Amino acid sequence: MTTSFSLPRRRFVQGLALGGTALGLGLTPTQLFARQGQTGAPELRGNQFQLNIGAADVNLTGRNRPATLVNGSLPAPTLRWREGETVTLRVTNHLPETTSIHWHGLLLPFQMDGVPGLSFDGIAPGETFTYQFPLRQSGTYWYHSHSGFQEQSGLYGGLIIDPAEADPHTVDRDYAVVLSDWSDQDPKRIYATLKKLSHYYNFSERTLFDTLRDFREKGVVRTLKDRHMWNRMRMSETDLADVTGYTYSFLVNGHTPAANWQARFEPGERIKLRFINASAMTIFDLRIPGLDMTVVAMDGQPVKPVRFHECRLGVAETLDVIVEPKDHRAYTLFAQTIDRSGYARGTLTPDPSLSAEVPELDPVPLLGHREMGMGAMDHGAMGHDSGAMKTMDHSRMNHGGMDHGDMNHGDMSGGMNHGSMNHQGMSHGTQDGMDHSAMGHTNHDTNAAVPFAVSADNPDLPARQSATEHADSEYGPGVDMRAMSPVPMLDDPGIGLRDRDWKVLTYADLEYAHGLPDSTQPEREIVLHLTGNMERYMWSFNGIPFADAEPLELYHNERVRLTLVNDTMMHHPIHLHGLWSDLELGDGRLLRKHTLLVKPGEKLSYLVRADALGRWAYHCHLLYHMEAGMFREVRVVPRHQHHTDEESRS
Amino acid sequence: MKASMTLSGLLVALIAVFVGTPALAMEGMPARFGQILVDQLEARDADDGTVAAWSANAWYGGDINKLYFATEGERLMDRGGETESLETRLAWSRAFAPYWDWQLGVRRDWQPDDPNRDWVSVGVMGVAPYFFETEANLFLGESGHSELRLEAEYELLFTQRLILTPEVEASLYGKEDRDLGIGQGLATVEAGLRLRYEIRREFAPYIGVHWEKKFGDTADFARDHGEDTSDTMLVAGIRVWY
Repeated sequence: MTTSFSLPRRRFVQGLALGGTALGLGLTPTQLFARQGQTGAPELRGNQFQLNIGAADVNLTGRNRPATLVNGSLPAPTLRWREGETVTLRVTNHLPETTSIHWHGLLLPFQMDGVPGLSFDGIAPGETFTYQFPLRQSGTYWYHSHSGFQEQSGLYGGLIIDPAEADPHTVDRDYAVVLSDWSDQDPKRIYATLKKLSHYYNFSERTLFDTLRDFREKGVVRTLKDRHMWNRMRMSETDLADVTGYTYSFLVNGHTPAANWQARFEPGERIKLRFINASAMTIFDLRIPGLDMTVVAMDGQPVKPVRFHECRLGVAETLDVIVEPKDHRAYTLFAQTIDRSGYARGTLTPDPSLSAEVPELDPVPLLGHREMGMGAMDHGAMGHDSGAMKTMDHSRMNHGGMDHGDMNHGDMSGGMNHGSMNHQGMSHGTQDGMDHSAMGHTNHDTNAAVPFAVSADNPDLPARQSATEHADSEYGPGVDMRAMSPVPMLDDPGIGLRDRDWKVLTYADLEYAHGLPDSTQPEREIVLHLTGNMERYMWSFNGIPFADAEPLELYHNERVRLTLVNDTMMHHPIHLHGLWSDLELGDGRLLRKHTLLVKPGEKLSYLVRADALGRWAYHCHLLYHMEAGMFREVRVVPRHQHHTDEESRS
Repeated sequence: MKASMTLSGLLVALIAVFVGTPALAMEGMPARFGQILVDQLEARDADDGTVAAWSANAWYGGDINKLYFATEGERLMDRGGETESLETRLAWSRAFAPYWDWQLGVRRDWQPDDPNRDWVSVGVMGVAPYFFETEANLFLGESGHSELRLEAEYELLFTQRLILTPEVEASLYGKEDRDLGIGQGLATVEAGLRLRYEIRREFAPYIGVHWEKKFGDTADFARDHGEDTSDTMLVAGIRVWY
């Protein structure tokens, strides 16, 4: 493939290719370049595909803005495959820059995983790369660019793999619901803006009037105490999303709320909705007012069915639900963002002329002690009044899980007001500040035999006394906070959803449908802390950004426990490529996933079978966090290689 | 003068080494950013006429190392216009703690009539608890001159876009500088209160009050020249950044 032709010619070729593709899809060039009001991504079935990645304008907000599209559509076409087949995808790059497609959640040879720099060199302008791999799984997944910010500008689409054998959940209708965030701003500009002023997009900051209202409602002393901690820590109580509805439009299958994507049904039918959060940065809270949902799969993997009404879906997660509307009426698919700055909306209706009421956005929730990693027992949830904490014994705290050495490092710790913490967990004096058995997490805490992975060469793997002990690398300009008492929160609906009077789905409700997918006994444990500095907009694991990090080595076929401790105030959807992440639910139960939404202040662990050799990406799926450095390479190497290394060292 | 030129050269070399060492982003692209912030560009209604005043800074670099430039000055708008003071500063800024950078740089004061002054600067800037934007700089000049300058600023939100900014700045000198009418010890304190409206985050007109007062020998020098030792001015201006 030559890439030496001049730019004008390349543009011509690009236009030709897109035009040709569009004609193939029955789209006119006008539709291609002005997609306002167009229905969702086309579905392509089969096992041989030609995908053309190119630039085109889309009009979602009234203005034509450049987007990165596959075959001229936003989202990219939904690909429908069948388990057991081998798919071949010829992907041609008509962009003036390198591109790639990553098949999110799929088990495949690492050379087919589509991460430039790890799997391959990326697809250069004008070049075609052929992906070919057998399908060893079924379910709902998605695909997206792993190059630059192309994912933000439209390069994402749904991926459905029908099971080789009959689906246990027969349905009358089956819809992919791709949720995403769109900005008219250039994503590079968004990232640069966050580096300059990280709260640029947050228009829910606490104001003087909020303070005055709190004075009136909570009293002056209580208000000042509550605010004292935040002010000393230099953190915002409303920092729920870095990029918000200020610049984003939230889409359902490429439709803005005004364009209102519609799905048809007849009353009495069983409908499968395959929710895919294909956003760059947006965590959604999903519900269908008037209708309960039954979850049958998450991240493509079957789960024991659970009925629920609302669910928080992290970036890159997928959720298959079945709904059975009985009445002849419309229902709103309502997905408000975690920071309540906007919503995506669609309509489920028996009649295209019907629509249902769109709920109001909830008030902006305020981050609390729990999100600060100060344990699950904030006074809001536990009903303690602020008098109780004055009795707290500081000397006991010293001997418990809290390390006062850590606390004097100036940032988070400097900001702790012991008098106002009201934190029961600390006086328990356990290493993690909490009694895990009480939380229903007996499994990994009783398994004391699993050694922490330690490596003298890799600062990611320092010797630790406990998973919640902070590595030396966490003390630097890139880390503004370290959770003192991170706790398991699998059964916690999460901030903004705790006071619902309906069922909110949590990870603790879910379980892999067919018993245990794999062993619950790991050979060793690797601990990683999710770290960052919001003010500087730096993000990392263990305080070390990708640029400075060593690859994490796993040995072929070993079963390893990855424990994550979230030391930041934000949620992070953490995704490991190429290998399953079996979330430990406690009591020996596992939930098989590819992306785990880790709450602020949370500690969770999952088991990974390193059964695919190669170089895999492991990262936060918030696009700008990944770009800022919350990323690791995971290398699965043959065991003998590891042993040889050790022998040569000794 | 020569010494400061050598220092400037050294500084540029240092910056080249540290800002130039790339913290590689995902695909080998160095992650570099830059910002130009005109924090104050305003007209002041002073006793001796309208004064244009500015305070701006710019940076370029990565998360840890940045090249930092700052300038501030005043210019008399009446009587044909005359720059009263102009100061420029170039520094290497390095993050050393979550909210703090230290800075090493050079500064030149451009005096319209009097001799220019060159300084080496060492300072820290960052966000103190309670969100106080804070800056402390020690300037060491020729002939044993020294200045310690302390600045603090706070942003009080009335709404998401209407923001009140109180700020205060104090200058202390280690040695008298008769040419410039500066005495030893606390020389000047400036305070401001500005209310801005962010039409966009990047563009905000404001109005406010600016107050300046001279102290000690500096005040005596001013009185000897028949000048006031304090001045309170109404100001109007814009704050812009890119």
